[in-house]
Amino acid sequence: MTTFRTDLLLCGGTGCRASGSIQIKEALMRELARQKLDTEIRIIETGCNGFCAQGPIMIVQPDNIFYQKLKVEDIPNLVEEHFLKGRPVKKLFYKEPASAATIPSMDDIPFYSKQKLIVLRNRGAVDPENIDEYIARDGYIGLGKALLEMTPEQIIAEVKTSGLRGRGGAGFPTGLKWEFASRSKGDVKYALCNADEGDPGAFMDRSVLEADPHAVLEGMIIAGKAIGAHQGYIYCRAEYPLAIKRLGIAIRQARNYGLLGKDILGSGHDFDIEVYKGAGAFVCGEETALMQSLEGRRGMPRSRPPFPAQQGLWKKPTVLNNVETYANIAQIIQNGGAWYASIGTETSKGTKVFALTGAVSNIGLVEVPMGISLREIIFDIGGGIPKKRKFKAVQLGGPSGGCVPEQYLDTPVDYESIMKVGAIMGSGGMIVMNDQTCMVDMARFFMDFIQDESCGKCTPCREGTRRMLQILEKITQGLGEPADLDLLEELSHMIKNSALCGLGQTGPNPVLSTLRYFRHEYEAHIYEKRCPAKRCVKLLKFEVDPEKCIKCGICFKGCPAKAIEWKKKEPALILKDKCIKCMTCITNCPADAIS
Amino acid sequence: MAKLTIEDLKKLRDSAKKSTALREGETSVKVTVHMGTCGIAAGAREVMDALLQEVTEAKRSDIRVITSGCMGMCSSEPNVTVEISGNEPVIYQHMDRNRMRQVFKRHVLLGEVQTDFALARVK
Repeated sequence: MTTFRTDLLLCGGTGCRASGSIQIKEALMRELARQKLDTEIRIIETGCNGFCAQGPIMIVQPDNIFYQKLKVEDIPNLVEEHFLKGRPVKKLFYKEPASAATIPSMDDIPFYSKQKLIVLRNRGAVDPENIDEYIARDGYIGLGKALLEMTPEQIIAEVKTSGLRGRGGAGFPTGLKWEFASRSKGDVKYALCNADEGDPGAFMDRSVLEADPHAVLEGMIIAGKAIGAHQGYIYCRAEYPLAIKRLGIAIRQARNYGLLGKDILGSGHDFDIEVYKGAGAFVCGEETALMQSLEGRRGMPRSRPPFPAQQGLWKKPTVLNNVETYANIAQIIQNGGAWYASIGTETSKGTKVFALTGAVSNIGLVEVPMGISLREIIFDIGGGIPKKRKFKAVQLGGPSGGCVPEQYLDTPVDYESIMKVGAIMGSGGMIVMNDQTCMVDMARFFMDFIQDESCGKCTPCREGTRRMLQILEKITQGLGEPADLDLLEELSHMIKNSALCGLGQTGPNPVLSTLRYFRHEYEAHIYEKRCPAKRCVKLLKFEVDPEKCIKCGICFKGCPAKAIEWKKKEPALILKDKCIKCMTCITNCPADAIS
Repeated sequence: MAKLTIEDLKKLRDSAKKSTALREGETSVKVTVHMGTCGIAAGAREVMDALLQEVTEAKRSDIRVITSGCMGMCSSEPNVTVEISGNEPVIYQHMDRNRMRQVFKRHVLLGEVQTDFALARVK
């Protein structure tokens, strides 16, 4: 074994890859070889580190230095200065947006320091394609305990004690779910993993699978023992090629070590896992539709009962849990349910992973203890709203959820409290919106998504969502009528009460929650034919208010169609025949002078 | 690969921990090789080579090897600083492969400061 003096933990998650981490890796290898440092310094490609907005990210250990936004041309200097001569390169450190201070150490960056990692404990710290690194961090030790020292009843009791609830969004107690399946009679049972993450703006499950696939496998094997299943399937959408690749590698390596297959760790328990690639239909995240799809049929939900715990995949008792739920299990077994239950609130235990995105400074993946307030997540971890814009609302739970406005930002993150303010915990999508977001248009976007993804099996969802979308489109085009709002509400309640599955039952939520908190925006569109956020193109005149104009020329410089006339110390003028209505000028105007 | 038992798994964990120790393990000794341009010109790379070989042979995962810049005393390069937790750091001067090996074996592993090569004790 050679000894390395430094490990370079380069993020190889999808986010950082998209911003060029593969090229960075090649450049690093080239430079390290050129400086003959390749025997002293090792590059480890990790899964998603979480701070996606700053990618490509690299952590240097043991120095614990955090480098961000690396470019290929930075690498020769970085290798010579830091890795050869030991002088960390300040220019590539993280800069605090508020104070512009540079922060070299990862632990001191506010984005990381307020998080609590259970599910993401290995993120950015291990090579996800090397099982030994997972084992080095006590991987599969929880499995050993579950298989060799515990009965299925004890495992279920431990999970119940932990208070863990389904992280896919609905929040059903996991231990109870397992108990139902374990009590169902039958020789053949299945443990399934739902990796059909589909909410717009959500990428928690993908990141967990990419960064720490073994944590999910370990959770599934333990579930298998608890309910008496010997086969597991991971239903993962085909749009996640890197997650699927790393799962495949992880499964192969686990089989090699006998951690999957017959007689695992000499316990007599058999369990194996296969990955099934889904075609990416949103409805296949619904449990019965997912099972239909796994069976090779068209992914459509069916009515329950019978519940999957009695009759699931191929009519056998089945447990289906979300990626994040499984990733908690080994930790719970290893450290005890009471440990897990000590984190969080009365009804919601442990931590939750959120994909923080939208109009927020620190876009990325965060894991926080339950009970933290939305304000802390958005303003302390997320760094607040960029460009001195104002916070308007945060959308939780994607198309099934709702938005939370400013006055409820101190709501603690737990299933019940979030439900009370009209949103849902959801799978963890958290989209922050500033004052430039039109709430009617946002509701229209989600309804468009739901209508598009509706499988068409039941009428309320198939027809109802289409009608709702038409009304919302009408309103955003300035054709709304006063009666539309009542009709929207009536349709919403009707669909919620009569749709077959969760997709339809929750689909009207974005409309209902925006009507609840931003009814005045709907009314401005309908009565005044005005979009307060200036997002609905049909309601905009594209005219400069000469009194508001501060004559800065930012609109002139940004216009891609050269449709703006401007001279120093004179207000700008938009030429309507050249204007392509792209809204660049409206978005950039610091004085809000264009409407 | 043969099937693991729980004992194998724990053994594997302990040996794998050595490989990832850089990232999270306990640090009890920090050895800094000063690698300014002057240090490199005077042979700091060779000193580093010898040091890493010694660390490998010692099979200790709690020793960190770090590089840093010039200390300002270019004429005394290559410099190496040894810092054992709880003790004052000691700076060595005019290091070469052999001196490095000696410092490692006597000071790092056994705690005997090699005063012959020492430049200063940092207070």
